[in-house]
Amino acid sequence: MKLTLKIWRQGGPSADGEMVTYPIEGVSEDMSFLEMLDVLNEELIAKGEEPVAFDSDCREGICGMCGLVINGQAHGPEVTTTCQLHMRSFSDGDEISIEPWRAEAFPVLKDLCVDRTSFDRIIQAGGYISANTGAAPDAAATLVPKDDADRAFMGAECIGCGACVAACPNASGMLFMGAKVTHLGELPQGQPERYARVVSMVDQHDAEGFGGCTNLGECSRACPKGIPLNVISQMNRDLQRAKLGKH
Amino acid sequence: MTETLPATEAPADGLINGLYREGMPIADSVAPSGPIADRWALRQFEAKLVNPANRRKLSVIIVGTGLAGAAAGATLGEAGYQVKSFCYQDSPRRAHSIAAQGGINAAKNYKGDGDSAYRLFYDTVKGGDYRSRESNVYRLAEVSTSIIDQCVAQGVPFAREYGGMLDNRSFGGVQVSRTFYARGQTGQQLLIGAYQALERQIAAGSVQMYSRHEMLELVMVEGVARGIIARDMVTGEIETHLADAVVLATGGYGNVFYLSTNAMGCNVTANWRAHRKGAYFANPCYTQIHPTCIPVSGEYQSKLTLMSESLRNDGRIWVPKRAEDGSKDPREIPEEDRDYYLERIYPAFGNLVPRDIASRAAKNVCDEGRGVGPGGLGVYLDFADSIERLGKSAVESKYGNLFDMYQRITGENPYELPMRIYPAVHYTMGGLWVDYDLQSNIPGLFVAGEANFSDHGANRLGASALMQGLADGYFVLPNTIRNYLAEGPYPKIEENDPAVVEAREQVQQRIDHFLSVNGTRSVDSYHKALGKIMWDKCGMERSEEGLKEAIAEIRELRADFWQNVRVLGSADTINQSLEKAGRVADFIELGELMCVDALHRRESCGGHFRVESQTEDGEALRKDDEFAYVAAWESGGEDGAPILHKEDLVYEFVEMKQRSYK
Amino acid sequence: MAITGLIFVGFILAHMYGNLMIFAGEEAFDEYAEHLRELLTPMLPYGGALWILRIVLLASLVGHAYAAFALWSRAGKARKSRYAVSGVAKSLFVSKAMRWGGVALLLFLVFHILHFTTNTIQINGDFDSPAARLVSSFEVWWAVGIYTLAVLALGMHLLHGVWGAGMTLGLNTSIAAAERLRIAAVLIAVVTVVGFLLPPFAILFGIIP
Repeated sequence: MKLTLKIWRQGGPSADGEMVTYPIEGVSEDMSFLEMLDVLNEELIAKGEEPVAFDSDCREGICGMCGLVINGQAHGPEVTTTCQLHMRSFSDGDEISIEPWRAEAFPVLKDLCVDRTSFDRIIQAGGYISANTGAAPDAAATLVPKDDADRAFMGAECIGCGACVAACPNASGMLFMGAKVTHLGELPQGQPERYARVVSMVDQHDAEGFGGCTNLGECSRACPKGIPLNVISQMNRDLQRAKLGKH
Repeated sequence: MTETLPATEAPADGLINGLYREGMPIADSVAPSGPIADRWALRQFEAKLVNPANRRKLSVIIVGTGLAGAAAGATLGEAGYQVKSFCYQDSPRRAHSIAAQGGINAAKNYKGDGDSAYRLFYDTVKGGDYRSRESNVYRLAEVSTSIIDQCVAQGVPFAREYGGMLDNRSFGGVQVSRTFYARGQTGQQLLIGAYQALERQIAAGSVQMYSRHEMLELVMVEGVARGIIARDMVTGEIETHLADAVVLATGGYGNVFYLSTNAMGCNVTANWRAHRKGAYFANPCYTQIHPTCIPVSGEYQSKLTLMSESLRNDGRIWVPKRAEDGSKDPREIPEEDRDYYLERIYPAFGNLVPRDIASRAAKNVCDEGRGVGPGGLGVYLDFADSIERLGKSAVESKYGNLFDMYQRITGENPYELPMRIYPAVHYTMGGLWVDYDLQSNIPGLFVAGEANFSDHGANRLGASALMQGLADGYFVLPNTIRNYLAEGPYPKIEENDPAVVEAREQVQQRIDHFLSVNGTRSVDSYHKALGKIMWDKCGMERSEEGLKEAIAEIRELRADFWQNVRVLGSADTINQSLEKAGRVADFIELGELMCVDALHRRESCGGHFRVESQTEDGEALRKDDEFAYVAAWESGGEDGAPILHKEDLVYEFVEMKQRSYK
Repeated sequence: MAITGLIFVGFILAHMYGNLMIFAGEEAFDEYAEHLRELLTPMLPYGGALWILRIVLLASLVGHAYAAFALWSRAGKARKSRYAVSGVAKSLFVSKAMRWGGVALLLFLVFHILHFTTNTIQINGDFDSPAARLVSSFEVWWAVGIYTLAVLALGMHLLHGVWGAGMTLGLNTSIAAAERLRIAAVLIAVVTVVGFLLPPFAILFGIIP
């Protein structure tokens, strides 16, 4: 395949960026999208041009490190992570635009790399169950109905990639937060901190400069793990109960 | 402390095989003796305590935030120590523990099927092909139950039965169901649990997190580990971090093979820099190669993806009998022209032989030219019989997600065409040498998780890596490091201390060198070349001849790398070529040591198969009288020969036997 | 935003019911209009209930618009640099429809009050009877046109607005609940559009003389 890539190049956090065009040939349809970028980078190095910086680590769709906006879609045209997207989803002659996640809460560090530590700070605000090592009762002491365990698991599948924010027209991080609130809030172990957790996480989310939710659902459609929009509603419900003191 | 002698006092009897020297034997002197079930309790009792008020004055650096690193960071933070945690990824949640699929073993015996700590201990020693320490393995089995308790309390959503009880499955050919799991994402769930515990401590101020930071040098002052030199990968700043103790929880070194199931960033640099500063590297040649991975599709391949081993329960593995059939549509190859080689060679176990045997058999048929797919490096894993017998929907409900993943990556539909699989490097049992306290031979330097060598011997059982990482992080290290910290706080070190300055300068020189060579070859091209040498000659099958060739080739590659590598850009920003250059430089040196280790170990055991040491049927032949020891290698310096220190392995409880699967 | 929106939904449905009174004849319609002013008298002065309602609606309007503009401005601050290529066309449309549609509805509201409530804008003559004002206005085709556009905009606003309100109030906590919420949103939007458009078209086509 022969493709025309338009890639966001930005020298550093405070530098101005621009879309730069790179033609590339000999792309195999069995390549992953990131392997295609690897090939481009090897060509750039051979020509003495600085390679394109992009994040990736596990390259098997679970670590959440990779994430590019491809032709305007977070993680590209398939519902998967960028590393699991393969070139057979494109055709010979295509023009492909490649941009970083864009959100003020995810500042660009260089080229296609962004800083997502705002997500970590949201977790710091309450995305955990306070259980010191060694203080745990026997695992079998707490029974968890299978349905609750399954719903908690669904929230726990979030890989923290940030595609929800990238895809949201408001750059909101509600799906990420809703997933964690649902994961922990569905389990008996998560009950003691359930309402305090949601209040402080939402406060942190807003302080980080994420946008508000207008229930458009782009986040869920872009989510490589298919986390449903209803986790946001779940979070709203818990938030209201927390604010009304109804718990 | 361990009884060791510095290299200079080693017997000066010249080089063995022209490659290494033998130094004084070593022993794990902190491990208690006596009844095996009492040893850990005894050690915890004997290890000195630190008064809660004093913990604030003690600082610990932890490098790596996988299961071992994040768990240790959280636990030490909770205890009140000042912790600094480092990871090269953008968040501690990305560490590659996250990719583990299968599960985590624990001797809970919730199924009432006769499991116990002793049975888990026994299975692990046997599975490690009698090359691990009994005391360590028993402790691992003993604390395994606490891990499950801890994780459930944190909200890890393990699979449950309808009654709300935790579910278990059997894994890796053992006869009891002791594996706890969270669908195919157990590693992710456990890591997120540890990550959240770590973030809680970050919020509490007891842990300071440094993400996108890479440790590039160990700071040693007067023979003691006192800190690290790290590079801020965003600004390029070279930072000095000093502490009372340093913990390396930096994972395995499978990426020395370039292609492995490890993450792109997994590297040996932290461990290798520590090794170069005096830490022993133990059993580097013990590598686990997993039989069911998706084969390489082309030159551009950047990593390999594991397919769950469970596929072998219903899939039949075969290759064409004749090499010329390799390019045919497999559906058109008639039954009589197919070779179901595992069923043929191992009629008792068939397609379910252990990982190392399945891997080597696949290599053998491909070496005969009967492999399938691009480059002839693949064998068929065929579900046609199962689909006919059970129906497509039954197969789909069991393996649907795996089939989808296969189709996404290969573009082939495994319901119609047999899957193609090939072995891939997956885990490294070797690592920095540690004693029972997880302390290396350098005082103040501790090593946890896959980064150390301690618990798996020559081969790791399925669902045991997660167990070890969390055991080390939550329960072992926090209880042993206190014995060292109780002697502290250690004398304050200034940033302008000559030892610190020297370490910083070493880092700076390397970076300056890489950026100034301006050669002709990219870093990746060297990494690929190294990987090919390692895979071909120090992979599934190793021979004296091949290893000697490999060592010569690696040396040549190393010289060329330092003179001819091309790293563009600058050091004051994200520079991924620069990051990789440092890692590849260390991988090249490690690769040579792996070959030396593999060459010196003239036996086959676990993941290490020497063609010269096999039974008449071509099975691995261990030589317990000669090689029942841990090979702990001391660095010989820049170009010096490595020095071998042997730690004898003594089996008081488990009898050593030869494995057989026929 | 959800609460004020739901107040409007309630009001709109009641308003629609009132409009449909025109099918019972001009007298019944006028009686209904008069009755609104007499609601809860003598506990409240004449027109008191109506004024309370107006104040509630005005407060809701201010609250609703304030929240909308706050969200809008927050979204702008949350993403200052735009994507060169945008792939989320559908929700961008919904998003714009809510925002610009909301602004359009606000302008229409002003027109609507000047037209029917204060009688400032007179389309087809000056009448004291509300029913007469209604019938005379909708005999004019472009008045029907304006109202049709406004009602369609309202329907679109409700389609997403009811769904969003349910989300915000925490009603969507399962796949089944999401389905119910979607059906409710479609139902309310369709009923509103049909209910509001019946009288003007009936008048335009002479079904109501």
